[in-house]
Amino acid sequence: MTTYQEFIQQNEGRDGVRFSWNLWPSSRLEATRLVVPVSCLFTPLKERPDLPPVQYEPVLCSRANCKAVLNPLCQVDFRAKIWACNFCFQRNPFPPSYAGISEVNQPAELMPQFSTIEYIVQRGPPAPLIFLYVVDTCLEEEDLQALKESLQMSLSLLPPNALVGLITFGRMVQVHELSCEGIAKSYVFRGTKDLSSKQIQEMLGLTKPAASGQQGRPLAPQDAAASCRFLQPVQKVDMNLTDLLGELQRDPWPVPQGKRPLRSTGVALSVAVGLLEGTFPNTGARVMLFIGGPPTQGPGMVVGDELKTPIRSWHDIQKDNARHLKKATKYYEAMANRSAVNGHSIDIYACALDQTGLLEMKCLSNLTGGHIVMGDSFNTSLFKQTFQRVFSKDYNGDFRMAFGGVLEVKTSRELKVCGAIGPCVSLNSKGSCVSENEMGIGGTSQWKVCSINPSTTLGFYFEVVNQHNAPVPQGGRGAIQFVTQYQHSNTQRRIRVTTIARNWADAQSQIQHIESSFDQEAAAVLMARLGVFRAESEEGPDVLRWLDRQLIRLFMFHLRRSPFLQVFNNSPDESSYYRHHFVRQDLTQSLIMIQPILYSYSFYGPPEPVLLDSSSILPDRILLMDTFFQLVIYHGETIAQWRKAGYQDMAEHEVFKLLLQAPLDDAQEILQTRFPMPRYIDTEHGGSQARFLLSKVNPSQTHNNLYAWGQETGAPILTDDVSLQVFMDHLKKLAVSSSA
Amino acid sequence: MNVNQHTPMASPYGQPQPGYSQPGYVPLDGGYPGPYAPYNGPASPYQPGAPPQGISGPARGPPTTGPLPVSAPHQYNQYSHSQGDMQNGPPPMTQAQPRPPVSQPYNPGAMNMSGPHPTYPQHYGPPPTMQQVSNQMSGMQITSGPPTPAGPGYAPPHSSQPPVSTAYSAPPPPSYTQAPPPVSSAPTQPPPPSGPAASQQYYGSPPPPSQQPFNSSLPPTSQQQFTSSSVPPPPSQQTLPPSSYSGPAPPPGQAPAPPVSQPQQSFPPSQPPPTSQPAFTPGPPPTAPGSFTPQAPPPSSQSGSFPPPGPPPTSAPSCQYPGPLPPQQQPPPSQPFPYHSGPPPPRAQMPPTSMAQSNHLPPGPQGPPGPPGPLQQPPSQPGMQTGYPPQQNGAFGQVRGPQPGYAGPYPGQPNYGAPAPAPAPAPPAQKRLDPDAIPSPIQVIEDDKAKSTEPFTTGVRGQAPPLVTTNFQVKDQGNASPRFVRCTAYNMPCTADMAKQSQVPLAAVVKPLAMLPPDETPPYLVDHGEGGPIRCNRCKAYMCPYMQFIEGGRRFQCGFCSCVTEVPPHYFQHLDHTGKRVDCYDRPELSLGSYEFLATVDYCKNNKLPQPPAFIFLIDVSYNAVKSGMVNIVCQELKTLLDYLPRENPEMDSAVRVGFVTYNKVLHFYNVKSSLAQPQMLVVSDVSDMFVPLLDGFLVNVNESRLVIESLLDQIPEMFADTRETETVFGPVIQAGLEALKAADCAGKLFVFHTSLPIAEAPGKLKNREDKKLIGTDKEKSLFQPQVGFYNTLAKECVAQGCCVDLFLFPNQYVDVATLGVVPVSTGGSVYKYTYFQAQLDQERFLNDLRRDVQKLVGFDAVMRVRTSTGIRATDFFGSFFMSNTTDVELAGLDCDKAITVEFKHDDKLSEETGALMQCAVLYTSCSGQRRLRIHNMAVNCCSQLADLYRNCETDTIINFFSKYAFRGVLNNPTKAVRDTLVNQCAQILACYRKNCASPSSAGQLILPECMKLLPVYLNCVLKSDVLLPGADVSLDDRAYLRQLISCMDVTETHVFFYPRLLPLMKLESGSLPVAVRDSEERLSKGGVYLLETGLHLFLWVGASVQQELLLNIFGTPSFGQIDSSMTSLPVLDNPFSQRLREIIDSFRAQRSRYMKLMVVKQEDRAELIFRHFLVEDKSASGGASYVDFLCHMHKEIRQLLS
Repeated sequence: MTTYQEFIQQNEGRDGVRFSWNLWPSSRLEATRLVVPVSCLFTPLKERPDLPPVQYEPVLCSRANCKAVLNPLCQVDFRAKIWACNFCFQRNPFPPSYAGISEVNQPAELMPQFSTIEYIVQRGPPAPLIFLYVVDTCLEEEDLQALKESLQMSLSLLPPNALVGLITFGRMVQVHELSCEGIAKSYVFRGTKDLSSKQIQEMLGLTKPAASGQQGRPLAPQDAAASCRFLQPVQKVDMNLTDLLGELQRDPWPVPQGKRPLRSTGVALSVAVGLLEGTFPNTGARVMLFIGGPPTQGPGMVVGDELKTPIRSWHDIQKDNARHLKKATKYYEAMANRSAVNGHSIDIYACALDQTGLLEMKCLSNLTGGHIVMGDSFNTSLFKQTFQRVFSKDYNGDFRMAFGGVLEVKTSRELKVCGAIGPCVSLNSKGSCVSENEMGIGGTSQWKVCSINPSTTLGFYFEVVNQHNAPVPQGGRGAIQFVTQYQHSNTQRRIRVTTIARNWADAQSQIQHIESSFDQEAAAVLMARLGVFRAESEEGPDVLRWLDRQLIRLFMFHLRRSPFLQVFNNSPDESSYYRHHFVRQDLTQSLIMIQPILYSYSFYGPPEPVLLDSSSILPDRILLMDTFFQLVIYHGETIAQWRKAGYQDMAEHEVFKLLLQAPLDDAQEILQTRFPMPRYIDTEHGGSQARFLLSKVNPSQTHNNLYAWGQETGAPILTDDVSLQVFMDHLKKLAVSSSA
Repeated sequence: MNVNQHTPMASPYGQPQPGYSQPGYVPLDGGYPGPYAPYNGPASPYQPGAPPQGISGPARGPPTTGPLPVSAPHQYNQYSHSQGDMQNGPPPMTQAQPRPPVSQPYNPGAMNMSGPHPTYPQHYGPPPTMQQVSNQMSGMQITSGPPTPAGPGYAPPHSSQPPVSTAYSAPPPPSYTQAPPPVSSAPTQPPPPSGPAASQQYYGSPPPPSQQPFNSSLPPTSQQQFTSSSVPPPPSQQTLPPSSYSGPAPPPGQAPAPPVSQPQQSFPPSQPPPTSQPAFTPGPPPTAPGSFTPQAPPPSSQSGSFPPPGPPPTSAPSCQYPGPLPPQQQPPPSQPFPYHSGPPPPRAQMPPTSMAQSNHLPPGPQGPPGPPGPLQQPPSQPGMQTGYPPQQNGAFGQVRGPQPGYAGPYPGQPNYGAPAPAPAPAPPAQKRLDPDAIPSPIQVIEDDKAKSTEPFTTGVRGQAPPLVTTNFQVKDQGNASPRFVRCTAYNMPCTADMAKQSQVPLAAVVKPLAMLPPDETPPYLVDHGEGGPIRCNRCKAYMCPYMQFIEGGRRFQCGFCSCVTEVPPHYFQHLDHTGKRVDCYDRPELSLGSYEFLATVDYCKNNKLPQPPAFIFLIDVSYNAVKSGMVNIVCQELKTLLDYLPRENPEMDSAVRVGFVTYNKVLHFYNVKSSLAQPQMLVVSDVSDMFVPLLDGFLVNVNESRLVIESLLDQIPEMFADTRETETVFGPVIQAGLEALKAADCAGKLFVFHTSLPIAEAPGKLKNREDKKLIGTDKEKSLFQPQVGFYNTLAKECVAQGCCVDLFLFPNQYVDVATLGVVPVSTGGSVYKYTYFQAQLDQERFLNDLRRDVQKLVGFDAVMRVRTSTGIRATDFFGSFFMSNTTDVELAGLDCDKAITVEFKHDDKLSEETGALMQCAVLYTSCSGQRRLRIHNMAVNCCSQLADLYRNCETDTIINFFSKYAFRGVLNNPTKAVRDTLVNQCAQILACYRKNCASPSSAGQLILPECMKLLPVYLNCVLKSDVLLPGADVSLDDRAYLRQLISCMDVTETHVFFYPRLLPLMKLESGSLPVAVRDSEERLSKGGVYLLETGLHLFLWVGASVQQELLLNIFGTPSFGQIDSSMTSLPVLDNPFSQRLREIIDSFRAQRSRYMKLMVVKQEDRAELIFRHFLVEDKSASGGASYVDFLCHMHKEIRQLLS
C-alpha cells in the first residue's frame, strides 16, 4: 500500500490528479462491476512553484480530430524528427523550430518529469483583467459602510491596469460612468424590466453608430472610449471610484412598513453581463455581486416585497409552493450561460441573516467558476477577510485566479470521458473520446471554466469502452491528457498540459492489484460529487436511496448526514452554498466537508484527532472541529467552568492558559488559509452554538439508547438519526442479502 | 389705400376746403378725419389744438378752440384720405359743423367735469363714427345736416346743460338719429337708455348718393329740426348741411367754426373721429349723438343724465325718449324718436344719417331731428319716429337708396372672404364708406375711459363694468370683480327662445386667480373649521351672499337651487330686522363676491393633505439647444431665479422643491442632495418605458442644496458644449417629470425647454407633417389636431397627478406645436415659442417670460366647478384644462394669467326678479401646499325684452368667446366653415337687434346696438387672424401656437390681441398716454412715430419723414437711415421724451403676461410687412377684408337675414 500511497501523493503533487482506481480494469464489464467508476479529481492550476512555464507554443498532433499535445508518452524518432501521437498513433513531423532535437537535447515536454507543463502563448493583445462590482444598496447603513470600505480596500489590491466598473442597484440599477470629471454620471435602468443585451448596449451608448459611414478607423477609438466610460483602469479612476463609493447612498426609495426593499438583482446582473458582453467578449472578467437580501422585483425575483410572505423553504419547494423558483432559476441559468460563453465569471457575496436567493442564483457562480460567499453581514471579518483573500497573490506576486479557461480532455481509445463535475460548462465539443454515457456535465470533451484558481478541482468520470473480448495487451497503458488554456492573471494566455497514464489490469486475474490501487479518499469525494450533482438535479430522497445502494464506506455515513445531501435543518440557500463549494474544492478540503475533523485538546497529551462521535465530547476536553464552513471550538463542561472561574489568568494555572490557547492557535492557522473563511465559533458545553458540533458528531448516544446514559463517556445527542453503529449493522445485513 | 389716401386727400381737401372753408363743415368732414388725423399723424395740429383745450382736459378741448381753423384744414388733409374726394362735399358738412359746436360745448363741459365731461366728448366721438358711416354710405349729407343743427344745438345745450353732454354719451349708443338725441339729451338721459340698448349704428350703404341725399335729407330734417330745437345751433347746422355749411358754421360761428374744428380735434384726442361725427350729428344732436353714443359708456352716462328723463328705460326704444324726453337735449339725442330712443340711438346713427340722407329724412331726421326733434323737430321725428325708433343707432339712411348704393359699393364686400375688392371700391370714391364714419374702437375706448372715474362697485346686479381698456378700481360688494369674471351679457334673456333668437352668446370669462392691482384687496381666506365650508345640501353651492337666511338664521335657502339647509350650530348667527345676518359684514362669504375657503382633508386627493408642490426643469441639451445658447441662458438664469419661487408669505422661503433634468434622446436626471459635494447625473436611456431613477435628492429645497445646484447649473453647459446629438425625445420627458411627481406624491409644474421635433425612437415620436397644400382644404383641420394620441393619454395622466407643463420652444423649423402643445394645454400650462432663437436678440424676452412664469402665482391640482341658478347651466368651457366629465374643469395647474370661458345655456326659464346667479368654485393647492377653494360669485339680471339684452352686452367678452369658439372649431371643421359660422352668428345677432329693438328704418340702414357697435370691427379681426386666415408666411406652428394661446386668454388680452393698441408718439406727456389711433395705415403719418402693441408683439414704427428732433430724442441719431432696425430696446437717452417713451414701453410690458420684444420698423422697410399685418382695419395681405369692406358685407348679411 505504501507504494500506492506514495504514488498517489506523488501524482497529486505533480499533476494535481487523483484517480479512484490507479489500475484500470481493462474491460467495460469489469469496470462496471467495480461500481466506482474510473474517475479522477483534477486540479488544473495546481500551484507548481517548481514548474516554470515555457515560452513557446505546444506542438500538436496534426490529426484534425485529435490535436493532442506532444508529451512524454509519445514515441519519438529523433532521426526522422517524427513523433507518434500516443492517443491516435498519428505520426507527426516536428516543426522546424525543433530541428535541433536529439536524444540528448530533448524539449521539456518530452521529459517524464514534465508530465505537466505550461506554455505561454503570444496570441493577440494582452487582455486586461476586468472587475465589475455589482453592489446592492438596499443594505443597512452599517453594512453598506462596511461594504464600501471593503470595496475601496479592494481597489488597492487590483493590478493598476485592471479595468474596474461599478454597478449599483436597489430599486433601480445604476451603471456608473467612471471617466467623467465633475459630475458623477450614471446610467439608470429600471429594475423591473428585462432587457436584451442589445438594448442594454444601446442604452449605454455602446453600440456603434450605425449611420456613421466611415468604416473602421474612426470607430475603433470611439469604441474603446465608449467601453471605457464604464470600465476604466484602476490607476486612472482610483480616486474617482473611491469618492464614488464614498458617496454611495443607501437606496433612496422609501421602504414602507411591512415590505422588503425592492432589489433589482436580476436586472443588475443582466446589465452587468450585457455590458461585458458588448465590450469585452471572451476576455477574462469577474462580475462581483454583493447582495444583502433576495431579489424582490423584476426578472429573477425570488420573493415578493411583502414581508408577510417568507422566502421559500425546502418545505415550500417540496410542496411546489415556491412561485418564483423556477422562473428565477431559469432566468439566472440563462444569464450564467451567456456569461460563461463570454468567459466572464460571476461571484456572489451574499451577506444577510435571511436567505438571499442563492438557490436560484447559484448557477451564476457554479457555471462560471465564480465564488459564492455567504455571511451574515458585510460588517463581519468573515466577509471582509474572505473578500480580501479573493485577491490573494501567489509566490510570483500574481493573483491566484485565472480566467477564461478551456479544459479539454483527450483519452486513449480504450477510454471515453463521461463528464465532469465542477465549476464549468460544456462547450459541446463532441469528439471520438466522448462517451454516450453521461455523468455530470457530459457529452463533450471540452469545458469552459471561466474562472480558475489553484484549488479549483474538477471531477472527471470515464468509461472503459474496451470490450471484454479485446483484451489490452499486457503492460498496456491508458493515457489521458488534460489541456487547459486560460488567461493568466498577468494577462498572458497560457496552456497547461497534463498527461497521465495508468496501467490496464485484467480484473479477473489481477483483482487484488486493482483493489489495492483503489484510492478510497478520491473515490469517496468523487462519489460524493456525483451524489451532490444528482441532488442538485434530482429529487432529494432518490439521491439518498441511490447513494445507499452504492458501495458505502465509513465516510459515506457522514456524507449521508452532510448538508450536501441532507436538506433538513438547512435552508435552500445554505444547501446551495455548501454544494457549490463541495464541487470545486480539492480532495483534502472535500474530505473535511464530508467528514469534519475533530481534534481533542486535553491535559493528557498533545492534541489528537478523535472520532467524530458523541463519545468524544468529554467535560475535560477542548474540541476543535473543522467542517470547512465552520470552525468550532468547544470547551467541555469542566473546562468551561474553569475558564469562567478565571483560572487561566492565574499564574499557577498557566498550563490551563496554554491549553485554552492551543486550539485558538490551530484555528487561526486554518482561518488564515481557507477560502472562504469559515465561520468561527467559540462555544462551550451547553452553549447555544454548541449545536454546530452536536449536529455533526455520530449520535452514538442519544436519548434513545439509555444504556449509555450516565456513563462518563460523552454527551448524548438529542436526535432521531441513526448512529453509525445502527447504520453499519444495517449495512452489513444488506450486504449479504440477495437483494443488494 | 391708406397711403394713397393721404396724398389724394390732401389735394381733394384742398379743393373742398374752399367750399368747406367757411363752413366748419368742411372741417367737419375733414374734421372727422381731422380728428383722426390729429390723432394719428396730424399730431402737430393736434397738439396745438390740444394745448388750448387740452388744458382743460384732454386734448380734445384744445383742438377745438384754438386749432379749429387750422386743425380743420389739416384734418381735411387727413380726411381726404378716407373720404377722399368723393365726399368732400358732403362729409365736410356733417362733420365739421356738428362737431365744432358740440365739441366746444363739451369741452367746456369736460373741463368742468373732469369725469363726465370727458364722457361727453367721447360720446361725441362715437357719434361721429356713426355719422361718418352714414356719410359714407350715401346720405352723408343727412348726417351732416343733422349734425350741423346739432352742432349748434349742441353748443347751446352744452353750455346750458352739461347734462346734455352726458346725454350724449348715452345717446350715442342709439342710432344716429337717436344719437343726436342722445347727444343733446344725452347729457341728461343718455346714460340709462342709450348706454345699453342704444348703440345701434346705422351704416348705410348710401354713401354714394351722399351729396344729394344730404341736401334732401339734411335740409329737411336737420335744419328744420335744429332750428326749431335750438335756434342757434340749428341755424348753423342747417346752414352747414345745405352747403353752405359755411353759412351755418359761422353761426355756430361764435364757436362754430372753431368748434367744429375743435370738436373734431378735441374729439380726436379722445376719439377724434367719432367725435367729429357725432359732434356733427350731435352737434346736431341727432346724428352725432347717435354715433357717439355708440359706446357703452354712454349708457351709463346717459342713464345717469338721461335717466332722469325717461330715456333710461327707453334707451332701447329710442322712440320713447324723443317724445317725452327733454325737448331739446334729450330729444335731440334720441332725435326724433331718437330722442325717445335717444339713448339707444345715440350710437349708430351716423350712418343713418347718410342713409337717411339719400332717401330720407329718416336718417336726416333722425340725426338732425334728434336734436331738433326733441326740441322742435318732433314733427319731423314723428315721421322719423315711425321709421326711427329702430334706427336709433345705426339707421343709415340708405335704406332705400342705400341698397342700390350698396350694391355698388358693396360689391366690394366680398372682401370679407378674401381681400376685398377694396381697391375697386376705393375708386368709386363717393361710394366708399368713410372709415371715419364707421364705429371707431378708439372712440369707444376713450369714451369709456372718460366715463369711468368712480371706482366700480360690484354690488349692483346686472351692471356692466367698464371696458377692459379702462383703468378703474373695483370695490367688491357682493359680486366678483370684473377682473375675475366678465360676462358677455349682464342682462340675460329669461328664456331659451329669446337667447336663441338673439344669438348673443351667454358666456362668462373667468380668471380665477387673477392678480389684483395693489389698491384692491385680494380675496380673504375664510376658515369654517373642521367641517369644511358651509354648503347647500343639494347643489353643494358654497356659502355666499346669495344664500338667504330664514327662520331666524337657523336655516338658509340656497340662491341657486332653493333648497333649504340647516345652519350648523357653530355658524349660527341672528338676523337683523332686514333679514340679514348680524355678522354679514364681518364675513367675507356673506358680503363679498370673491373669497377663499380653507379646504379640509375631505377636499384632498386620497384624503391626505397635499405636499408642497415641486418645480422640475427639463432642459433640452441637444446640439441645437446648446448652439443657440439656450442651455447656457437657462442655466445661468436659474441660478438666481430659484430664489424667487412663488410663495405666499414673502418672509418665508418658498415651500416649492425643485428638480433638474436634461435630455436629448436620453434623459439625465440630477441628484442634487444637499449632502453631496457634487451633483450626480443619472442617465436614463430606456425612454420607451420611462421611470424616475431616484427620489431622494431629485426634488430638493433650494436653500439646502444651493451649492450643489449652482455647481450643477455651472456644469450643464460645459458638459454638453461639444454634444453632437441632434435627436430629441419629448414624450418621455414629460413622463419623467410626471413620474417624479408621482414618486414624490405631490403636484407640481414642469418647465420644459425644447428645441426640435422629437424624432428619436420613443413614445410620442413625431414626424414632420407640415403640408401647406392642405391649407384651405377640408383636411386643414387635421393640422391642428395632434398627430398621435399618445399625448392625450399622457395629458390625462398629468392632470390626474396635478402635473402642469409649461413648454418653452426654441424651434428652427417645424416642431409640431399642435401636438407638443397638447399636454401643456390640457394641464393648464403655457406654451412659449421663440422661433429662430438667438441668444443675443431673444434672450431678454425669453428670460422675462421665464421669470414671470416661474414666479407667478399658481395653484395646482385644481378643479373648477361652475354652479348656476336654476334655469341656466354651464354647458361648455374653453381654455387650458382637461375635462373628464361634463361639469368639472380639471386644471393640473392654474396660474394667475389663465382664463376660462364658460358658456351658459338655458335649461329652463329665468326670472327677472331673481336674475341669474353663478358661482365659480376653484379647488386648488396653493404654492405653499395648502388646499383651498376660491369662490367667485356673479349675479346678472334677466330680461324679457331683447332690448335689455342688447343694452347690457360687452362686445369684448363676446369677441373673447367667439374667438375661442372659432379657434376650437378649426379642430373639427374646415376653417372656412368656421369663419362663415362666425359671420353668420354675428349677422344674426345684429339682425335680431335690428328687427326687434331698433326703431324702424329703411332696410338700407345699418343699425348697430350701441354695446355692439364694435362687433363687426372686432369680429373682422378675429376672422383675419392667422389662425382663421393664414397668410402665406404663417407657419402651421404659428397658427397652432396662437390657437392654443388664445384659448386661455382673458378679455383684456384678446382685446389687445385682436385690436392692437397703436399709439402716436409724436408728443408724450408724463402721466397720461397719448390717445391711441385706429389700426389703419391711413392713420399713420409719415412724419410720425408710433408704438403698436398686441400683447405679444411690440413695434415702434418710424415714419420716413420724421423730424430729426424726434429721432434724436428716441434713437440718438438724427437720420432716419441710421436707425438700427435690429435693436430690441431703445437706447437710454437723457431726455424727457426718451425717458417717457421707455416708461411707456415698460408699462406696456408690465401689463402683459408675456414679454414683448420691441421691433423697430422703419417705414418702407421690409419689416413693415409684419407690422402692417397688425393694422387690422386695413385689408390684410392674406386676404382679410378691411373694416369698411367687412362692415358692408356684414350689412349685406344682415339685410339678407331681415328680408
